[in-house]
Amino acid sequence: MKLPIYLDYHATTPVDPEVFRTMAPYFTEHFGNAASRNHEFGWVAESAVEKARAQIARLIGASEKEIVFTSGATESDNLALIGVAKMYKEKGNHIITTSIEHKAILDTCHALEKEGFEITYLPVDQYGQVSAEAVKNAITPKTILVSVMMANNEIGTLNPIADIGKVCKERKVLFHTDAVQGVGKNPIDVERMGVDLMSLSAHKIYGPKGIGALYVRRRNPRVRLEPIIHGGGHERGMRSGTLNVPGIVGFGKAAEILQQVMPEEIVRLRRLRDKLWDGIRNGVDEIYLNGHPNERICNNLNISFAYVEGESLMMGMKELAVSSGSACTSASLEPSYVLKSIGVSEDLAHTSIRFSVGRFTREDEIDYAVKKVIETVTKLRDLSPLYEMVKDGVDLKKIQWGGH
Amino acid sequence: MGYNKKVIDHYENPRNVGSLDKNQPTVGTGVVGAPECGDVMKLQVEIDEKTRIIKDAKFKTFGCGSAIASSSLATEMIKGKTIEEALEVKNTTIVEELSLPPIKIHCSVLAEEAIKAAIDDYLKKQAENAKRSKE
Repeated sequence: MKLPIYLDYHATTPVDPEVFRTMAPYFTEHFGNAASRNHEFGWVAESAVEKARAQIARLIGASEKEIVFTSGATESDNLALIGVAKMYKEKGNHIITTSIEHKAILDTCHALEKEGFEITYLPVDQYGQVSAEAVKNAITPKTILVSVMMANNEIGTLNPIADIGKVCKERKVLFHTDAVQGVGKNPIDVERMGVDLMSLSAHKIYGPKGIGALYVRRRNPRVRLEPIIHGGGHERGMRSGTLNVPGIVGFGKAAEILQQVMPEEIVRLRRLRDKLWDGIRNGVDEIYLNGHPNERICNNLNISFAYVEGESLMMGMKELAVSSGSACTSASLEPSYVLKSIGVSEDLAHTSIRFSVGRFTREDEIDYAVKKVIETVTKLRDLSPLYEMVKDGVDLKKIQWGGH
Repeated sequence: MGYNKKVIDHYENPRNVGSLDKNQPTVGTGVVGAPECGDVMKLQVEIDEKTRIIKDAKFKTFGCGSAIASSSLATEMIKGKTIEEALEVKNTTIVEELSLPPIKIHCSVLAEEAIKAAIDDYLKKQAENAKRSKE
């Protein structure tokens, strides 16, 4: 077994070797510009791009003409929100989203607010879900777009996308979903889900970094977007810039592989994730699962380890690559806004760790991880004044803490 | 972000971890920080009443690696010192010793506060005992 063990597949994934092999010739041999219409080099590049477009479209039940390539999901989110806001501003200026979206959505919304758009940030329940009912009640005659993430990147909770899609359709409001963490972990169909715009990223599905896509519905209704990047009119004018051909080829191949392996992978990943959770909770007390117990993506585990601070926990188990909702790991010194939104108290937010398993996670790695987590939590609790106080029967909530 | 070698050393081999009997008149206890802020330090000193020398120091810390290292180092620094000398310990010394980056300076501030709080607790106890024996 090779150390450290990678358990941070939500952050990024390694490029699948088969994807890498497929991409390689497009850096050197087939280096053509997909927009060069008059020679062989351009044709080869263009046909590779079109093949990839079809592979990605198939994965989400779309048609290839509905895939717009971008530099990544952050750009896709920006294009969806700003593109719709500017195109439909005559119709209305109201956008609905949730409080636990990725920063690519939240910060774009803040930017739109400065330009006079009104944004409703719907609260989520204790599991991180927003209901179709809540979306319905928030829609006004001025609403032009609803944006709700498919699965949360920290806690893995799945939203009722199809129900929300139905509500949006009834009220004739466009519906965007950031599906970056959802794709590959549950079957996606833009028709069944009633999605009009969907953000995707290649590097979360064993493809390369620097390439993403935005699904843009072409009929029923036809969605129009004001571009945010101007230039040569690539991607039907929605996103100018020379296409990243090797990246696109890799993205397409990654989508194709994902579609093949998904049914079995979902089962395998869930089993590994559950094994990790069961192993840890059998070894240490006072731990709490963050997110929904069942309606969560198959590879996510987010735990608060009471009385043990997240960063020191990660430091103690440096053989495991995980991430934390603790403030100490962020530049802002604020604990996770997602955990805060689902009502996790700040003291517990500081103790949270996110584990995410993936395609290359093996059973023995989970065994090792369980052992390491238990060992480190036990060691740090021996060092924790809070754990000592609780064991002595002190109610921490009743103490007047000074803070600093 | 990599950790400084000295921080890792204190984290992996913390000095003076544990608790002293807080009910002893010769023991002073300081608890600083707050769970919501992500750091709580408990630092205890045992003081020789005649020489005013810190005979023993113990700590327990909930916090990041730098917070644990700062409190571990603090107990090391004050052991064998008189009360007056220990009160002279500045957070900047801890920052230098552990090469803490700016974002971790609050850990050293907390360690300094913990020393002061522990000694303060001891002095209060002593004053109360003196008052009681006069009465």
